[in-house]
Amino acid sequence: MAFTASVNVMLKEGIADPQGQTIERALPALGFTGVEEVRVGKRIRLTVDAPSEEEARARVEQMCERLLSNPVIESYEVTLER
Amino acid sequence: MTTTASLHRELGLTDDEFEQIRDRLGREPSYTELAMFSVMWSEHCSYKSSRVHLKKLPTEGPNILVGPGEGAGIIEVAPGVAVAWKAESHNHPSFVEPFNGAATGVGGIVRDILSMGARPIALMDPLRFGSLDDARTRYLVDGVVHGISSYGNSIGVPTVGGEAVFEECYAENPLVNVACLGVIEDKLMHGRAEGPGNIAILIGSRTGRDGIGGASVLASAEFDETSEEKRPSVQVGDPFSEKLLIEACLELISSGLLVGLQDLGAGGISCPTSEMTSKAGTGMRVDIDHVHRREPGMEPFEVMISESQERMLAVVEPARRDEVLEVCARWGIDANVIGEVISSDRLEIVSEGEVVADVPAAALAEEGPIYDRPLARPGWIDEVQSKLPTTTPPASLADAFMRVLSSPNIASKRWIWEQYDHMIFLGTLQGPGGDAAVIRLPDSDVRVAITTDGPGRYCYLDPYEGARLAVAEAARNIACVGAKPLAITNCLNLGNPEKEDVMWQFSEVIRGMGDACTALATPVTGGNVSFYNETKGRAIYPTPVIGMLGAFAPEAEVRGLGFIGEGDVIVLVGETDPSDLGGSEYSKVIHAEVVGTPPKLDLEAEKALLAFLAGANATIRSAHDLSAGGLAVALAEAALAGGVGFALEVDDLDHLALFSESPSRAVVTCAAAGEAAIFAAAERAGVVARRIGVVGGPNMRFGAFETALDEARSTYEGALSESLSSSIK
Amino acid sequence: MSARVGIVVFPGSNCEQDCEKVFRDLGAEPMMVWHAEDALPDVDIVVLPGGFAHGDYLRTGALARFSPIMSAVQKHSDAGGLTIGICNGFQVLCEAGMLPGALRKNAGLKFLCKWVDLTVDNADTPFTSRAEPGRVIRIPINHFEGNWYCEPAVLDDLKANGQIVLRYADNPNGSLDSVAGLANENFTVFGLMPHPERACESILGSEDGALILGSMLDHLTAKAGV
Repeated sequence: MAFTASVNVMLKEGIADPQGQTIERALPALGFTGVEEVRVGKRIRLTVDAPSEEEARARVEQMCERLLSNPVIESYEVTLER
Repeated sequence: MTTTASLHRELGLTDDEFEQIRDRLGREPSYTELAMFSVMWSEHCSYKSSRVHLKKLPTEGPNILVGPGEGAGIIEVAPGVAVAWKAESHNHPSFVEPFNGAATGVGGIVRDILSMGARPIALMDPLRFGSLDDARTRYLVDGVVHGISSYGNSIGVPTVGGEAVFEECYAENPLVNVACLGVIEDKLMHGRAEGPGNIAILIGSRTGRDGIGGASVLASAEFDETSEEKRPSVQVGDPFSEKLLIEACLELISSGLLVGLQDLGAGGISCPTSEMTSKAGTGMRVDIDHVHRREPGMEPFEVMISESQERMLAVVEPARRDEVLEVCARWGIDANVIGEVISSDRLEIVSEGEVVADVPAAALAEEGPIYDRPLARPGWIDEVQSKLPTTTPPASLADAFMRVLSSPNIASKRWIWEQYDHMIFLGTLQGPGGDAAVIRLPDSDVRVAITTDGPGRYCYLDPYEGARLAVAEAARNIACVGAKPLAITNCLNLGNPEKEDVMWQFSEVIRGMGDACTALATPVTGGNVSFYNETKGRAIYPTPVIGMLGAFAPEAEVRGLGFIGEGDVIVLVGETDPSDLGGSEYSKVIHAEVVGTPPKLDLEAEKALLAFLAGANATIRSAHDLSAGGLAVALAEAALAGGVGFALEVDDLDHLALFSESPSRAVVTCAAAGEAAIFAAAERAGVVARRIGVVGGPNMRFGAFETALDEARSTYEGALSESLSSSIK
Repeated sequence: MSARVGIVVFPGSNCEQDCEKVFRDLGAEPMMVWHAEDALPDVDIVVLPGGFAHGDYLRTGALARFSPIMSAVQKHSDAGGLTIGICNGFQVLCEAGMLPGALRKNAGLKFLCKWVDLTVDNADTPFTSRAEPGRVIRIPINHFEGNWYCEPAVLDDLKANGQIVLRYADNPNGSLDSVAGLANENFTVFGLMPHPERACESILGSEDGALILGSMLDHLTAKAGV
């Protein structure tokens, strides 16, 4: 079966995110106040073939561990849809 | 699909042009044919408004191996050693999407150099923007610099110099010109599809819908309120693919596998298929089913005019086909046989078994309309020229000096060039921040110098004189670093050529360039014309950006502009005319004026200065030309670069003498023991020379005022980064 | 007999020619090794040069670490061979787990090409033996992602073990503890963001890069008992 997976890769909490900080500083100048804790990550979308949702998730998580995310500085979150 | 009466207008063709196409073909053009004509006959591709004037330029010389008309000019810089040198503009795309516009500008010029069989080894980026007070300008600067940095660094070609000029007239028409130097490693390639029976192989990235109509849509029309909508037309670059393309093509060339090569840029596949055949007197049958694509469902016309990046067209003998495909596969780039050279002179495009276009190749490539557009000297010029620049002394000379020094046009551009890899290839003997970049060719002792100059204000006041000054300044910069000026490339950036005053500016610029290039023996090896740099009817200053190339004699030493040793003697070479303030940085900064006539240039005096710099090379320790900001700025730049101050000994330098921008002058230093030799060299060359001071100390002592070097440094280094660090993406 | 230096070329590497020239000038015998090979030729030193391997796609160095040649590089290292990763090469070594930590975007979010001063924190390595501890050397950086990071506990171990070899005198990119270059625990693998090959000629600005590259050649000579 084909599953569409969405992987969100973010910098781990505690790792400085200068991109996020820059955006956070820029927003008030454009009129958006009250915005905090901006963090920038990336999203990877893919289709994976697997016999079940559990298998699909397991495969995608392995991909994250091995390639899609760098465990030293990043964490990931996998969402599946059929 | 048949064409309708208004379709050609949507594609940017005039009714007359449409009639010409119909006449030439003897029938109605197909949709695909009309699209191909619309890009090949666009201003950007056909030079229809400029050809009449361009042919007046001097293009020949003993060092010129290949002149205008090919991918790039080829110049011999030492016995048996040839380089490629060319500049291109990517102005309109950079206004719409600065990062990708600038990035793909780099990609395009690199491929031009590559198409000649040269390895690209250096880039320069002469840039022009509006005022930094404007948030939109800061956004453009940030995006453009980031784009050039990202692309140039990734492909591994150093960006060794350039310019950044800030002038209100460029606010909505930034100028992103890029120049590239390449070295012929092996064979010189030509863009000719010779030999009926040979095959055409499309190499590189997949074809998508990028830049559909880029040439016709963007570069051949002014901007207006709907410009944001033109965003989808902008090409997106992939420097990784370009790097692989460079390596694959150089290997193909050195393995002797190619008959001809041309890059794809404006006009997409239509361009090399028509130009390579037209030059060789052959034709080509192209089956676009074999064009490797990124998107499904593309119409034939889209495939023919798409400006997807990072593609080249190679002409190959059939027997070598497999070897070519193997090289490309090894480098990981796509390559497909898409056509065959035929003996008729026609370009036939086949799609899904049907002929969708069948036109004489020359009709597309060479028979574009030639317009001798009307030109008229505008009335406003007399008015502007008759106003004299204000000469009343400033309240505080020290303050005036600091204001000029911190003006964005003068201040350090380090914020920009520290984002560029300027060191790769281990050949950058002098990088950004000098009068010219000095490059040592790979695996060689041969050194060349390259620089760009384009004084728009002078050209606004008088396009003829301004263009002469541009060429003279570029030659002077080359000579200051110790090289001999050899040849130029150029980007001519102007407004709408359908307006008589712009056309007059263009013809005057050409006249001035021609006169100066002839007098200085620096022929034009090719270049680029960018018209339609106008928004809502307001045109930029006519801005000819001159890219000068020079070569070092084997015994010549490279000289920098920075002061070197305490006790060195400072000599001002050349005559100063205190009234030469027209278009000066001082007038602009202190009096907000751009009025009068540009500084007066005597080309014989300029030649004498060039001869002096060559003759005194061994004795000179540093040399810096005088240009924007005049003597005061030149002295400051030399002190800041050298990290040591100076003390002037003369007391007759008022604000006019300090800030006048008379050409044909340089500030040189020598060891105390070398002073006599400097003056002897000056006499031999027939230039005026005057000892004005001594290097040393922590201050810049002008006499009438003085400034601590450290204080000047923080102003000079901080001005640009302060403005730009507050930018919002 | 001159040292044999294998310079790995990934698609997108661009400093390999510079490395080759410099090693040749230092008297070694450099050769290019294509990333898709699964074995190294007989080499004494492996160099992972600067550039943008695989376009830096996904993360810099992330794809390159899976190139077939990398398992051979690991074996070379396991057998005690020297490996140096310069800039992009350093990024690849970190992704491959041959060095600790990861390289992030520069704190200033700008690409930086400039000369910097580095202090040699540990001169007792095969990569820095030609220098003395505390010596300041001048070598250029050229990167957008040179901001080195590792977990604080790991940093403590590295420092205790002398694995922090080079530090920036004036941190240009936010690297944790101003780390510019570090070694693995056996001191057979060295990664640094600055480009020593760009600092081997005085007319280019400095000859200090030869201290690093030359140290590696000295180490081999010493091993060979010459």
